[in-house]
Amino acid sequence: MTTAPAHAGWRFRQPSVIPGFGLTLGFSLAYLTLIILIPLSGLIWRSAALGWTDFWALATDRRTLTALKISFGTAFIAAAVNVVFGTLVAWVLVRYRFPGRRIVDAMVDLPFALPTAVAGIALTTLYAPTGWLGKLLMPLGIKVAYTPLGIVVALVFIGLPFVVRTVQPIMEELDKEVEEAAATLGASRFQIITRVLLPGLAPAIVTGFSLAFARGVGEYGSVIFIAGNLPYKSEIAPLLIVIRLEEYNYPAATAIAAIMLGLSFAMLLVINLVQTWSRKRYG
Amino acid sequence: MADPEIKSYEPLHESRSAAVTESRPVRITLTIVTLVFLGVFLLLPLIIVFKEAFAKGVGAYFQSLGDADTSSAIRLTLLVAAISVPLNLVFGLSAAWAIAKFEFKGKAFLTTLIDLPFSVSPVISGLVYVLLFGAQGLLGAWLKAHGIQILFAVPGIVLATVFVTFPFVARELIPLMQEQGNGDEEAALSLGASGWQAFWHVTLPNIKWGLLYGVLLCNARAMGEFGAVSVVSGHIRGLTNTMPLHVEILYNEYNAVGAFAVASLLAGLALVTLVLKTLLEMRYGAELAATRGH
Repeated sequence: MTTAPAHAGWRFRQPSVIPGFGLTLGFSLAYLTLIILIPLSGLIWRSAALGWTDFWALATDRRTLTALKISFGTAFIAAAVNVVFGTLVAWVLVRYRFPGRRIVDAMVDLPFALPTAVAGIALTTLYAPTGWLGKLLMPLGIKVAYTPLGIVVALVFIGLPFVVRTVQPIMEELDKEVEEAAATLGASRFQIITRVLLPGLAPAIVTGFSLAFARGVGEYGSVIFIAGNLPYKSEIAPLLIVIRLEEYNYPAATAIAAIMLGLSFAMLLVINLVQTWSRKRYG
Repeated sequence: MADPEIKSYEPLHESRSAAVTESRPVRITLTIVTLVFLGVFLLLPLIIVFKEAFAKGVGAYFQSLGDADTSSAIRLTLLVAAISVPLNLVFGLSAAWAIAKFEFKGKAFLTTLIDLPFSVSPVISGLVYVLLFGAQGLLGAWLKAHGIQILFAVPGIVLATVFVTFPFVARELIPLMQEQGNGDEEAALSLGASGWQAFWHVTLPNIKWGLLYGVLLCNARAMGEFGAVSVVSGHIRGLTNTMPLHVEILYNEYNAVGAFAVASLLAGLALVTLVLKTLLEMRYGAELAATRGH
């Protein structure tokens, strides 16, 4: 009031008595720049240096396109499966009481904690034609290991906790009185779930889907063991990057990586918009 | 006389709760479907790891763990985690202090940037360092001229691990410290504490369980990372093979017992992580940001 500075309209930070702003922000920015930003801009710089014609030729290579289609397609299916089962798991954990619930709840985080390579070889052993599950599915004519279906199975494993852990806290906060009000007004249980509960959960479900999808698109460790990795059939985009690197074909590896990053960010943006829209609509 | 009154309430209460839950058969069916799904997708993979590891008996299990390449993989994994987890711990504390204690322009953007590594494929996290430090990389020629080896050596593995585990500590601490506010630190400062003392004696005790939680998850990922490390490691047996990479090599050599024996150690680490995480959530849930679903 007494010493209003001329630049009071815009200031970089609000005044505070707490010390250490310059030190901690400076260190954080320097570390972030060195570890994340410079390496990532290196990737963008290298793909820009390719020139548009080269980049387009690499991007539209049939093997690249097929690998991208397989990665995004299987990740989409797996995320959709996880939306159904993840929401169900969250519902059962939040609403029902049964012996061992706490252990089951803790188990849901296993895919976060289990290294992907371990998950990969374990799932492959289970679903191989001689494995516990493969043996059961074989007579039904279902082949999982070494097919695109195997990729979906691995991505369902990897993505499950993303959906459960996003939906569960929102479910816990659901107001039971709203359900009771709907029930007293004559709504059936089915109507309550589809008209009252699901709209409230929709933003969380969309977030869970997008997290599981994004993780699935980039997943490598758990997939390469079970996929069989046949070019044009079950070869995922991250694996193709590795193959190109091993051939010292840096431009091709860079182009695939740039496309994956671009598509992932575009998708996250769209999902953010959908979320904002659904939050506005359903509150 | 009280009895009929209670009885007249009972059915009402019953129907009220029945209206906001599913019928008993539906509840039981849904619970069974859930348990079968989790059993097939989560429990079976875990069981098979130990079953395969001990497929040829306890002797074969310990023999394959005693292998020289296996023990050097274990040592390398411990070394990489011992370097990268403290680095990200210091970063997490520093970033959380700057973001949670101060209001400044661009804060939301900075928080988004910190989460960035989670939306990047692990393979790409490794690739960016190959493009930087590789023979054809931006710094490749300079590094070679000075005889510095980053790629296909421990520094590259550490860098890739730091990249993929970058957000863990920060994203646990930021919401936690934001929620706790600045009151405690301001009180300490007004009583004459230095900034460092306020951090050490006031902030740190307030966030210790959240910090431990973040470190736990960071460590699990650091020890288990496969994709990013695989790209930068060069797979030199006994030298640049971490435990997850060693699992792959043994598995591809059809050494199932060896692969699953190493895998069982990593699965054990995952189980210990889950148990500690659950204990932290049960005992100190109120002091963790993660349990409130961000």
